[in-house]
Amino acid sequence: MDKKILVIIPAYNESFSIVNVIKSIKSISTYIDILVINDCSIDNTEELARSVESTIVLNLPINMGIGGAIQTGFKYAANKNYDIIVRMDGDGQHDPKYVLDLIKTMLNGKNDIVIGSRFINKKGFQSSFVRRFGKTILQFFIYLITKQVISDSTSGFRAYSARAVKIFCKKYPDDYPEPEEVIIAKKNRLKVIEIPVEMRSRDYGKSSIKGLNSIYYMIKVIIASLIESIRSSNG
Amino acid sequence: MDKIQLIMICFSFVLLLFIIILTRFNRIKVQYSLIWLFSGSILLLFSVFRSLLDTMAQFVGIKYAPSLILLIVVFIGFILGIHLSIIISKLTEENRTLAQEIALFANRIEKLEKE
Repeated sequence: MDKKILVIIPAYNESFSIVNVIKSIKSISTYIDILVINDCSIDNTEELARSVESTIVLNLPINMGIGGAIQTGFKYAANKNYDIIVRMDGDGQHDPKYVLDLIKTMLNGKNDIVIGSRFINKKGFQSSFVRRFGKTILQFFIYLITKQVISDSTSGFRAYSARAVKIFCKKYPDDYPEPEEVIIAKKNRLKVIEIPVEMRSRDYGKSSIKGLNSIYYMIKVIIASLIESIRSSNG
Repeated sequence: MDKIQLIMICFSFVLLLFIIILTRFNRIKVQYSLIWLFSGSILLLFSVFRSLLDTMAQFVGIKYAPSLILLIVVFIGFILGIHLSIIISKLTEENRTLAQEIALFANRIEKLEKE
């Protein structure tokens, strides 16, 4: 392989799982670079990430939330001319064995975003009924705007082309970026596809999307999507 | 002169004075004081020249003229609020870019120090 590949892991207080996540990616291939973006964690996530050899760690001086953290990774990748960028969570939810699947799907150079979807083969952790209901509504909205059915628009297990990363360096949502990302991508005529993956229920910690947050999430994503759909594509 | 008119004149005057003092001592930047000074001046204008207010009120069909002042105040409040949201959004965006640049630079410095 002559492609430069980077896995970016946004991490906020992931000291329980971060080392395992990094090591398991390393066990797949030593060729892949790993970048942990420490979003101002208050535990020792940074030290633990650094303790695994050749892991690159970026420390954000203020807590910026998931969107800002991921975009930092994109900017790093763009500066260093990486060809394929994989994003995965630091909490152990994403099974590293699918990293290779994501990368392989990117290798033909035709795809810009590959989404790891847990709803294609319906194996592994499927999340609760209420959440799946919310996701169906999202799916419908995204279909209305992009005319593409995305089975798992909230999945954060994704691979990106350098072309996609370049666009997201200019513009990326602050919080809950995944569904909006698809819309920005489609507006910029990027090719988005999905492949099946399995996810585990997270090792530690809780989802940030629960209770009132989930209502905020739905409203925010839908409004953002609608606004995105009436915005010019180069914006 | 109505009581309400007197109150409004005092209020507008104090508002203008307060903004000028804040700007003078750099608590508000000149570019952000402009919108306040403009709003304050409009209020003062309408409170002093009652006839202007009456004409305007008649024009928009408000029977009790001073309530037009209230409407104007609410209107100005909205504009100011939106103005501030725009500024906050801009600052948030700039803040984000700066934080990201710091993280990227820190990484480069670290690498240079190792060499």
